[in-house]
Amino acid sequence: MEEILSLFYENREFIFLIIVSIFLGIEVISNVPAVLHTPLMSGANAIHGVVIIGSIIIMLQADPGNYYALVLGFLAVILGTLNVVGGFVVTNRMLEMFKKKSK
Amino acid sequence: MDTKLLGLSLLELSYIAASVTFILGLKMLSSPDKARKGNLIAGYGMGLAIAATILFKEEFSPDKWLNYTLILAGLIIGTVIGVRMALKVKMTAMPQMVSFFNGMGGACAGVISLVEFDHLRHGGDVSTGMLIVILLGLIIGSVSFSGSMIAYGKLEGKIADKALPAGQIINILLLIAIFGLAGFLAISGNLSMPMLYGLLALSLLYGVLFVMPIGGADMPVVISLLNSFTGMAAAFGGFLYGNQAMLTGGILVGSAGTILTVLMCTAMNRSLTNVIIGSFGGGNAASAKSGEQGTIKEISVTDAAILLAYANKVSVVPGYGLAVAQAQHTVHNLEKLLEDKGVELTYAIHPVAGRMPGHMNVLLAEADVPYPKLLEMEDANEAMANTDVVLVIGANDVVNPAAENDPSSPIYGMPVVKVWNAKNIIVLKRSMGKGYAGIENELFFHPKNRMLFGDAKDSLEKLIAELKNL
Repeated sequence: MEEILSLFYENREFIFLIIVSIFLGIEVISNVPAVLHTPLMSGANAIHGVVIIGSIIIMLQADPGNYYALVLGFLAVILGTLNVVGGFVVTNRMLEMFKKKSK
Repeated sequence: MDTKLLGLSLLELSYIAASVTFILGLKMLSSPDKARKGNLIAGYGMGLAIAATILFKEEFSPDKWLNYTLILAGLIIGTVIGVRMALKVKMTAMPQMVSFFNGMGGACAGVISLVEFDHLRHGGDVSTGMLIVILLGLIIGSVSFSGSMIAYGKLEGKIADKALPAGQIINILLLIAIFGLAGFLAISGNLSMPMLYGLLALSLLYGVLFVMPIGGADMPVVISLLNSFTGMAAAFGGFLYGNQAMLTGGILVGSAGTILTVLMCTAMNRSLTNVIIGSFGGGNAASAKSGEQGTIKEISVTDAAILLAYANKVSVVPGYGLAVAQAQHTVHNLEKLLEDKGVELTYAIHPVAGRMPGHMNVLLAEADVPYPKLLEMEDANEAMANTDVVLVIGANDVVNPAAENDPSSPIYGMPVVKVWNAKNIIVLKRSMGKGYAGIENELFFHPKNRMLFGDAKDSLEKLIAELKNL
């Protein structure tokens, strides 16, 4: 119990940030027209690719002799990059088409 | 000046900037004119955060050359494969592509947890809180990964819908086992690797069994849900490293993804629990109606062409069948031909036409159909009484009158395109097969309706040829 409480107290600023972000996320997309649901989902998908930063941190902090961390971290960097790059490129491709017809 | 302090400040600044670009990006993605710019801005923010992390997070030390090489190699490999896949994929296969990339993010989060758990074993103080965060990241990331891969396989047609007998009970037992094991690990502080791998296996299995029985029509909802799961997994990573960019990015997607999931459910008049617990409807209720079927009238291509050519207003209701037949370009040609003949043609877009909300708009946009011609369902329904001919192309459930008048139907209450209010209906359909919901459509027996059987693209091409001869 005490550990949970101290976890809460030490991270109170993050918890605050989390709660504000939850409402922000809801607010920001609540007016999206149905036309843009697919690109929005795809764009959001690219944004959670930010998890790649975690994999880079692993690689930076891994001891050069720790092959378990190096191999898995390397794998995670590839997976995360796929998510980020693939996500943004696919979304851009979808939205490119919306652009064309507004001419 | 202290270079270390400078580096760390630049790092935090870049994270703040990235968080702002994520918020702006999502905001701009919600408006048609700015969407593309929004996506690019979020992309730049991401690039900035990644570069700053590599440069400033740790001081460079020469004996870590292998680490840096592997980071760069991973980035290059991921970029090359990701760009190739994203550029090659057909617009009709977009939903499964999103699902695939989503799975990659989930896997990334899962792997991070595996490494961090091992990290705790080699020193460092173990706290229950940190363990909870690591374990939740592992569970959610793995479920998101295996679930997304199954969704990908299903939409690609590689995996069939399969429901285990008593699947629901098995899933609940699995969940209990997962949280029981995770709870035990967190509270006891036992850092057993075999137990962690057990947790990983159970989570992966749960993802598979969770998505397996869900029908194709509900797949977009599931992908959207898994998308928000990955967002949450990323946020747990952010919590673990005290990293604001990961935290805001993850949470934003987690909450925006959840709302998007709910919006999709509303459009289909399904509750989220319904989607997760049951496969679509179940045929029991529909059987009562099937006795009283009328007769089906067919229409010849020539008659259909004449009907269209002499109409004032024509409305096209496209469905997934149009996408499968890759007929979006053909339908645009038909549209241009009819416009030349002075026929006013619009498209009535049901919110969930295609495989994802908005999917149909993307497909028609690919064929250069002008934006103002795409009417949202409400506007299309208002105009229906003045419409001479409705052309239903490869759509089924979204034009089913049972949604309005048959309380026993599984889709009762779902908003539909009310094509029966128009003067004539022509349904282009491959066969008398049922729609994704697996239920009868009495529209086909409607007195105003005539069927034009055949592959959508094929039928449209014949129509075009016939129209040119008129």
